[in-house]
Amino acid sequence: MTAPAATERISIATRIIPAVLFDVRRPQRLVERSLVVTRRGWLMVVSGFFEPLFYLLSIRVGLSALVGDVAVGGDLVPYDEFVAPGLMAASAMNGAVFDSTMNVFHKWKQARLYDSLLATPMSAGDIAVGEVTWAVIRGLLYSTAFLATMLVLGMVGSLWMVLSIGACVLIGFAFAAVGMACTTFARSWADFDYLPAVTLPLFLFSATFYPPSSYGDWSWVVQLSPLYHGVALIRAANVGEFSASVIVNIAVLVGLALVGIAVTARRIEKLLLT
Amino acid sequence: MNEPLITARSLVKKFGDLVAVDEIDFDVEQGEAFGFLGPNGAGKTSSMRMIGCVSPTTSGRLEIFGLSPTADGRAIRARIGVVPQMDQLDNELTVLENLVIYARYFDIPRDVARARAAELLEFVQLTERKDDTVDPLSGGQKRRVSIARSLISEPELMLLDEPTTGLDPQARHVLWDRLYQLKERGATLVLTTHYMDEAEQLCDRLVVMNGGKIVAEGSPRNLITTYATREVLEMRFGRGHNEEHVSEVSQVGERVEILPDRLLVYAHDGEGALATLRERNIIPESALVRRSSLEDVFLRLTGRTLVD
Repeated sequence: MTAPAATERISIATRIIPAVLFDVRRPQRLVERSLVVTRRGWLMVVSGFFEPLFYLLSIRVGLSALVGDVAVGGDLVPYDEFVAPGLMAASAMNGAVFDSTMNVFHKWKQARLYDSLLATPMSAGDIAVGEVTWAVIRGLLYSTAFLATMLVLGMVGSLWMVLSIGACVLIGFAFAAVGMACTTFARSWADFDYLPAVTLPLFLFSATFYPPSSYGDWSWVVQLSPLYHGVALIRAANVGEFSASVIVNIAVLVGLALVGIAVTARRIEKLLLT
Repeated sequence: MNEPLITARSLVKKFGDLVAVDEIDFDVEQGEAFGFLGPNGAGKTSSMRMIGCVSPTTSGRLEIFGLSPTADGRAIRARIGVVPQMDQLDNELTVLENLVIYARYFDIPRDVARARAAELLEFVQLTERKDDTVDPLSGGQKRRVSIARSLISEPELMLLDEPTTGLDPQARHVLWDRLYQLKERGATLVLTTHYMDEAEQLCDRLVVMNGGKIVAEGSPRNLITTYATREVLEMRFGRGHNEEHVSEVSQVGERVEILPDRLLVYAHDGEGALATLRERNIIPESALVRRSSLEDVFLRLTGRTLVD
């Protein structure tokens, strides 16, 4: 017999969290597969470490001197220290989006990987969580490299910056989940031509290069960008000052991640289990 | 008495308005090789996908190992091995990795998986290709990797969807030999095919499907004796001339089938029938007497040939 209270709790939970998420048992097996595949393509992984270096050097060498200091919270920080967290967030986003769109589409349509997975005890939820987790793990690697590069270039403003890794995990989770969900709607490779139309504005207008106050009355629009919430988190970590808005930032990213995974799992069930 | 491994009653599968499987009933017993025989579009693959728990049933009852695919899909899939129609091997992995990683999806420990993979590659004669990626393998080799992969979880039931379609005759025979060995070891096989010879070679019992329905059921031998005569006399009178001879020809056999290019006369004694016709001065351009096969059963039941 199940206690009535427990049943009640479960039914409330299922109302909020989609049922597919309860059918996640062994997503780590898919991560294991990705690891084996990547072991051969390790050079491509290494190339990811150059991205932060080029980003940060370009800012350090030219822009920083031109722009001068920027106000973050109550403090004035040098421009490169202001931009670096923004770039870190953007790089976490780009990595996650790349892994969860083109790579997933190939495995879905061309390699028919998910068809063969669904014939085993793996579920649609396992696939969704497994693929997103892999994107996050790769992102974690790059974020760590990014942080190390910032440290070497003297752009880390506070010890709290270790938390930026956690923020990057959240960004990765949110963008990989939503990216994979969108990929399930793609019909052909041509659909991915629209991808930059989404990621580029996010990259440019998420308070990445200048504070939201620059937009004047329109600064609230920036808040609609999921990337903005990632940028805000990392920027807060870099100056070591956290306000209550951090909770909102985290909630937005976690929410996107859950919705993305649930939609992905549903779509896999709908399209492949016919 | 053992429970059947698979039980289907009034099983239906619809895709929108299209009825792919139309109220079929069948049982598959432990240790038997059971076949779905039928042309393309007969509902074979749809039936297989429902058994494999990758396609929800529309209505009717389906039980595998006494479990329901809806409620226990994961548990059922853990106990079956699937060889899909198109090889769905992992192109980013080597042959050996394909087997080991697949085992991991079943939660099989890595060392057990490696030991089994080595054994299975030996079984399908691909040990020397174990470190190659799967892309350069031939069709027959890929199919053998698929079979090895499906066996890595030591399944109680194997589902093979058209296991030899698209393979050359030599590759087919190698594959049949492997499947026959599995059968001898007591594996339960469920396979679909549109090749008579394959069904005759491998199946203990089969159902003939047409238009989503089961039109006959039995052992290959049984079906032939029930639905065909012992022998078949095939005659060609040249294009457009076959039909003129139907009435004369039907006097010497139990039944006549008119195909576009030839007449088939079902008779107990084919040579005798041909001799009688010759006495009556009915001389075909060419004639051939053969034993009847499942193809004839199929023609009788559905009015069409199998491979079109």
